[in-house]
Amino acid sequence: MTRELVVVGHGMVGHRLVSALRDRDTEDTWHVTVLGEEDRPAYDRVALSSYVDGSTEDELSLGTHDDPRVDVRRGTSVVGIDRADRLVRTATGETLRYDALVLATGSVPFVPPVPGRELAGCFVYRTLDDLDSITAAARAALARPTPGRRSAVVVGGGLLGLEAARAMRSLGLSPHVVEIAPRLMPVQVDEGGGALLRALVERQDIAVRCGVSVAGIVADRGRLVAQLSDGIELDADVVVFSAGIRAADGLARDAGLAVGERGGVLVDDRCRTADEHVWAVGECAALEGRTYGLVAPGYAMAQVVADRLLGGDARMTPAELDMSTQLKLLGVDVASFGDAHATTEGALPVVINDPVAGTYAKLVVSDDASTLLGGVLVGDASRYAALRPLVGSALPADPVALIAPGAVELGAESLPDSAQVCSCNAVTKGAVKTAIGAGACDVAALKACTRAGTSCGSCVPLLKTLLVQEGVEVSKALCEHFAVSRAELFEVVAGAGITTFSELIARHGTGRGCDVCKPVVASILASLGRGHILAGEQASLQDTNDRFLANMQRDGTYSVVPRVPGGEITPDGLIVIGEVARDFGLYTKITGGQRIDMFGARVEQLPAIWRRLVDAGFESGHAYGKALRTVKSCVGSTWCRYGQQDSVGLAVELELRYRGLRSPHKIKSGVSGCARECAEARSKDFGIIATETGWNLYVGGNGGFTPRHADLLVSDVDTETLVQLVDRFLMFYVRTADRLQRTASWIEAMDGGLDHLRAVIVDDALGICADLDAAMAAHVASYADEWAGVLADEDKLLRFVSFVNAPGTPDPTISFVTERGQPVPAPRTPVLIGIPEVGS
Amino acid sequence: MTAAVVATWTPVCRVDQLEPERGVAALLDGRQVALFRTHEGAVHAIGNVDPFSGAAVLSRGIVGDRGGVPTVASPVYKQVFSLVDGTCLDDPTVRVEVYAVSVDSGTVSLRVGR
Ligand code: SRM
Ligand SMILES: Cc1cc2nc3c(=O)[nH]c(=O)nc-3n(C[C@H](O)[C@H](O)[C@H](O)COP(=O)(O)OP(=O)(O)OC[C@H]3O[C@@H](n4cnc5c(N)ncnc54)[C@H](O)[C@@H]3O)c2cc1C
Ligand code: SF4
Ligand code: FES
Repeated sequence: MTRELVVVGHGMVGHRLVSALRDRDTEDTWHVTVLGEEDRPAYDRVALSSYVDGSTEDELSLGTHDDPRVDVRRGTSVVGIDRADRLVRTATGETLRYDALVLATGSVPFVPPVPGRELAGCFVYRTLDDLDSITAAARAALARPTPGRRSAVVVGGGLLGLEAARAMRSLGLSPHVVEIAPRLMPVQVDEGGGALLRALVERQDIAVRCGVSVAGIVADRGRLVAQLSDGIELDADVVVFSAGIRAADGLARDAGLAVGERGGVLVDDRCRTADEHVWAVGECAALEGRTYGLVAPGYAMAQVVADRLLGGDARMTPAELDMSTQLKLLGVDVASFGDAHATTEGALPVVINDPVAGTYAKLVVSDDASTLLGGVLVGDASRYAALRPLVGSALPADPVALIAPGAVELGAESLPDSAQVCSCNAVTKGAVKTAIGAGACDVAALKACTRAGTSCGSCVPLLKTLLVQEGVEVSKALCEHFAVSRAELFEVVAGAGITTFSELIARHGTGRGCDVCKPVVASILASLGRGHILAGEQASLQDTNDRFLANMQRDGTYSVVPRVPGGEITPDGLIVIGEVARDFGLYTKITGGQRIDMFGARVEQLPAIWRRLVDAGFESGHAYGKALRTVKSCVGSTWCRYGQQDSVGLAVELELRYRGLRSPHKIKSGVSGCARECAEARSKDFGIIATETGWNLYVGGNGGFTPRHADLLVSDVDTETLVQLVDRFLMFYVRTADRLQRTASWIEAMDGGLDHLRAVIVDDALGICADLDAAMAAHVASYADEWAGVLADEDKLLRFVSFVNAPGTPDPTISFVTERGQPVPAPRTPVLIGIPEVGS
Repeated sequence: MTAAVVATWTPVCRVDQLEPERGVAALLDGRQVALFRTHEGAVHAIGNVDPFSGAAVLSRGIVGDRGGVPTVASPVYKQVFSLVDGTCLDDPTVRVEVYAVSVDSGTVSLRVGR
């Protein structure tokens, strides 16, 4: 006798159930009626997003059941179940009797209870109908005549949200993803992977805001405004909610069937509810209490139910409930599998975070490191296919070896195309070359289209090298406002006696300047001794560091570095620094420049801090300026048994002589008492090493991004000659170097290199030495401490306030936590700058 | 269920407290705003929080122009923002909010709320 099977829901799993049953039901025991709410044949929801890229409904269709024993009724919703009489009732009032009922109703998008969520322009992202509506809204927005971008706010930064964001971009909208968790894909990816993922997603032109939620949506002149919990307002033409799903279990609830704690029709490992005639499969089912939002577990459930309906004894096995996921479509490699969050007792994570290669890989292994439990791959998921099947089995090799990146070549010209030139933004040489090929002809254009160079900036010289290598004639123009180089501008300012930026730009430039030319002009004016750097209009030219005479930190607080010439400091001096730091709650650290840095000062605290320091005899250390930083020293002959000269004495003398000298980039020095070189003088812009009879002078050294040892300029000179040569060396550099060019690259770029330099400053081949000497003498004579200058000037002090309308109120976004006994900034969204780390 | 639409103008400072091309921050009801007066004398107000670093520092950036559009460069990672519409000119997908400004008898006021 034929029995009647009713399937509610014609989605992916319902469709699979019917196919699986009919394939095996050779004796035609069942007649099947499928009742589906959507007015279309079942389609591939996993590939939903490809619809906006041109896939058609036909291409996505899962195929129709061309079978007299299967009756599919589209556009038919089931509204009730009568279990006693084994009937289902549809929205049109029709009732159908069943012998077996399978619920395959999937899930519904979860829309957080945000005020305004029902406004026109707000959508969910689940069905082809949803995409039709979103597409229509996007087209209408794009067709409006008002200028400006059209944008979409996507609520939720999980797998679905990222897919939706990409689809919004395909539709021509600029997407913003808002994720309440501190990272994207919080369910799949851990914190380290999340930071890289974010960078990769942002590279796809998708803006990301993590750690905030959408607090409300309001209509505003035909558009929407999404108000975020941090006070930001985002304009949007379309708002898409993809903040998670909830099992569609309403029918079951109403019919008195049990549901799981977090929703879903409760079923056992046969996918059967407590009612022997009612089954549930796919996303609406809570298998032993848990729901699964992926299609593979749903398909496995369909197979089990088909088998059971035909008298078999299939059961769900844990392996079929694989929650491994890979992000598709976005162009970003992300995969997570197994116990990605190391929740298994004793699980050990092994992490290789390689920002240089733009990859993050984590394996989770058992406490004895023998079994693979799961993992996360970001940036390069090519090993996903090989690793995923290994979950639960013995590791074939050392876990680190399984995820270790291949050797990364560094260097400039010889880099392969796959090498990262910008580690902050994970941009490869290949990507930079492509951008140059596509017309990017300067660093600004490369920054705009690849994002290389937009974070820490250390790769900018490399970008320039690549531009030259690719045959681009690099313009000498400083920026769009000045057509000349820094050196030429210096001559203009010095020669014409110009004292203000306004005068200079009016006569020799265009527009109102920018963050490139303004600090350059500020530095030139300062090098020429044209007044306090915060005097009058000059203040508006300074980088924020110079403007507040302190280094801005990532949370908007500042660091304070008093000068400690040569690294020599008295116990009383140490005590003052200690007391100031303690009284203002500052974090202290000994720097690599042999002095003490105090971090975490708010802008309105700076004058009070410096008042105490200046009163105790300290002065600005210019840690913030493109200026002389430190002259490091070793103890030298004063204490050291090998010391040949008084290296501390000379270092103090040099540091005091050149303090405050503004220059194209920072200047560093060191003096070592013998060739053992404990002060690392040869890594400095000018370095001095004592000999038996005098000093050797080295120039053009650099630590930092491109380390270089300094070259010997002269040997065995006395102190007076040495100082005169350093005077000339520095002044010549100040006058002729490019913006942000350290002495090392200045000499390298000089026609004739070190020999030419020697000819100019030792042999006076250009006849300018008297000028250079006089310029340095003027600098030394006019030096005055910048901080003392501020403290003595009420007008300047007035600028050190937090808010113009609440001068003493601390910035409410600044907060600290305690780490190793000291205050440090409370964590915010991570910034991707770092070195590879291997951790456990 | 649209939220209440009441525009309120809040006086913030005197216009002479805004030095040309040098921003200041203002605090309005917990919200941080960066105010700028350009060389020509126009006053602009945008959100003070730099979206790239999360630090409330845009008021401390360098004011200038790009292609004639008045701008400020974030002091943290140097992205440039239009003072006119808050768009990040280095990454047009990012925008900071813009506030309406009025200067009346030397008093600068801002409109907050929509
Ligand atoms: C504090 C300190 C690290 C520490 O805890 O030790 C430090 C901290 C910073 N360094 Fe440094 N550097 C410090 C010693 C060094 C050294 C070592 C040294 O001077 O002996 C080097 C390598 C030597 C060299 O410069 O050749 C160094 C190479 C850099 C570089 C790369 C320069 C290059 O030519 O590639 C930068 C980036 C830049 O200047 O553009 C940098 C930039 C910075 C900045 C200013 C980044 C920034 O813009 O916020 C950091 C802020 C400091 C602050 O807020 O006070 N720092 N930095 C050291 C301060 C020394 C001091 O007392 O003034
Ligand atoms: C954009 C997107 C991308 C995805 N990407 C992936 C991926 O990469 N990998 C992956 O594994 N999974 C992915 N998924 C999830 C996957 O699509 C689902 O797991 C799968 O579709 C679940 O199948 P289902 O049959 O349980 O539910 P559904 O496919 O949702 O089908 C349920 C059907 O039941 C109907 N229905 C509901 N209530 C009633 C009622 N009362 N009466 C009649 N009909 C009703 C609904 O209209 C719907 O058609 C994605 C989902 C989306 C939306
Ligand atoms: S460099 Fe020479 S003098 Fe200086 S500490 Fe080292 S060994 Fe001693
Ligand atoms: S910005 Fe390119 S390496 Fe930091």
